[in-house]
Amino acid sequence: MTPMQTPTTWAERTGLTERLLDIGIAVFLWAFRIIVLFVVVVGSLLTLARGRYSIEVWIDLIVGGLSLGAIYALIALGYTMVYGILRMINFAHGEIFMVGAFAGFFTGVYLAGTGLLTASPLSAVVGIAIMILMAMAVAALVALIAERIAYRPLRNAPRLVLLISAIGVSFFLQYTVRGLFGPGIYAYPSVPFLAEPVDLPLLSILRLKWLDVLVIGSAIGMMLALYLFVMRSRAGTAIRAVSEDKATAALMGIDVNRAIVTTFAIGAAMAGAAGVLYGLMFRQIFFFSGFVPGIKAFTAAVLGGIGNIPGAMVGGFLLGELESVGPTLFLDGLGVPSPNQLKDVIAFTILVLVLIFRPQGIMGERLSRSRA
Amino acid sequence: MALLEVEDLHTYYGNIHALKGISLTVEEGEIVTLIGTNGAGKTTTLNTISRLLTPRQGTVRLEGQDLSHVPAHRLVTMGIVQVPEGRRVFARLTVEENLRMGAFTIKDKAVIDEGIERGYTMFPRLKERSKQVSGTLSGGEQQMLAMARALMAKPRLLLLDEPSMGLAPTLVEFIFETITSIHAEGVSILLVEQNALQALAVASRGYVLQTGKVLMADTAAALAANEDVRRAYLGEI
Ligand SMILES: Nc1ncnc2c1ncn2[C@@H]1O[C@H](COP(=O)(O)OP(=O)(O)O)[C@@H](O)[C@H]1O
Ligand SMILES: [Mg+2]
Repeated sequence: MTPMQTPTTWAERTGLTERLLDIGIAVFLWAFRIIVLFVVVVGSLLTLARGRYSIEVWIDLIVGGLSLGAIYALIALGYTMVYGILRMINFAHGEIFMVGAFAGFFTGVYLAGTGLLTASPLSAVVGIAIMILMAMAVAALVALIAERIAYRPLRNAPRLVLLISAIGVSFFLQYTVRGLFGPGIYAYPSVPFLAEPVDLPLLSILRLKWLDVLVIGSAIGMMLALYLFVMRSRAGTAIRAVSEDKATAALMGIDVNRAIVTTFAIGAAMAGAAGVLYGLMFRQIFFFSGFVPGIKAFTAAVLGGIGNIPGAMVGGFLLGELESVGPTLFLDGLGVPSPNQLKDVIAFTILVLVLIFRPQGIMGERLSRSRA
Repeated sequence: MALLEVEDLHTYYGNIHALKGISLTVEEGEIVTLIGTNGAGKTTTLNTISRLLTPRQGTVRLEGQDLSHVPAHRLVTMGIVQVPEGRRVFARLTVEENLRMGAFTIKDKAVIDEGIERGYTMFPRLKERSKQVSGTLSGGEQQMLAMARALMAKPRLLLLDEPSMGLAPTLVEFIFETITSIHAEGVSILLVEQNALQALAVASRGYVLQTGKVLMADTAAALAANEDVRRAYLGEI
């Protein structure tokens, strides 16, 4: 980390243009805050006052946000853990997610051929579990190869070099998948059971489909397992130790490479699982499917505080909700036509806002803290 | 055969030639001290021994076994543990988690728990703070934790890098007493210190380093009596 620069005070500055520029930037930033706040507050009030939407619509939007958020959270964990241990943005992580989605797709096509996905709810769940496990395994394998070939040799190089290498891996994976499977869109195997509503006494007011239960439930389960692993197990504690201080961790007998490799594998496995959940939810994948979800999940990781594991989970769900509920809630009342098309604008506005006003994220620490 | 034998080490930082042929030995059961001014190469020597740095030339041997191709993390199981300069406790891990990381190479849970108890007996302050995040400890407590953590692996040879740095005089006293009692339990020690007078008082032999070379090597008593040493390192005119 670069040493903190001594802050320049008004008195130390002399140039008039510089002052004007400062004032201009400050005014712009304040205007930005006020506009965003205005859109959120006034838009929400107007939307609610108009009462065009029934409670069912809102419930659907919130549930949709949870599912989407669960997927973002799973991907975001990989960004945050790799950042935590290597101080590197693994730009190829979105492609790892896409590779997982493809691995799950081909497994699913095979399983659909055997009738496993359609025979009964139980067999469908077993089939999906196999798809997820395959996706996790393939994603982890690809991530480990990328780490070995493209990242490890550059570990002591400047972070920018590592980022460029990650961008290279990202393109490599995209165009490998494109080369192998073509640029076309693949329709995920359909699992009829997932589209059925959950008809249980208390849950019926939530209007859940089994797909929502699957996505939210499996994501939360995996995140809980990850959290316990990192916080309670010996290997997880070693990962935290390596994240803090590699040299000292080595002096304790911890194999630093192994901790890093484990981190990559876990993050990639989570992304691979998210790929299958995404495929089942949105039904379509292609070689570029990792890009937008990858950047969104990165946004979620930054939102929660990059490097912070609970932060990535919270950031993922928050972003999912903002994207799902936000357009209707904030924009509809302001008379914006088809606000749902602006959900990406909301996501990236959040990224910009967080980077400007709270770069350490919701749950993050100050970035200036020195670490070896 | 010496426990630790360092022969003609040359270590570089890029083009900076930091160690220019360091040789030293530590016999089983000895406390040996390495003294010298800031920048003399003491930390570089320890880090080269523990394989955080790779020398361009020279060898380090543990009981005759060449360590040139042993990765740093393997040294702990071979019996060498270093307490790094500036303590370097894992600030976000609790005191107990830090101790458990010190025992990373030990698989037997009972041995680990016993080690933790031993650490708490040696430093009761750590027991009070066992669930506390280590970044909140005072400098002295962090030094205690760093030493207790290193002892978790039951080293045969302990490398200590300026354990008294930045501590209040009473704590310095306590740290040196602790070093003596660790030694009494049969651990050999290579002690780096700027506090030359106290280091020579507990050591049997010493080496004076200057700009990456061994300037003098003698018994601790002889060094403590040497006029040049007294003038340069013990603050006498
Ligand atoms: N990371 C580094 N990069 C470049 N030079 C270094 C580095 N660490 C130490 N040095 C240089 O190596 C020499 C020895 O340093 P060091 O071993 O830390 O001395 P000591 O521990 O005796 O104070 C010094 O000249 C120092 O400036
Ligand atoms: Mg030093």
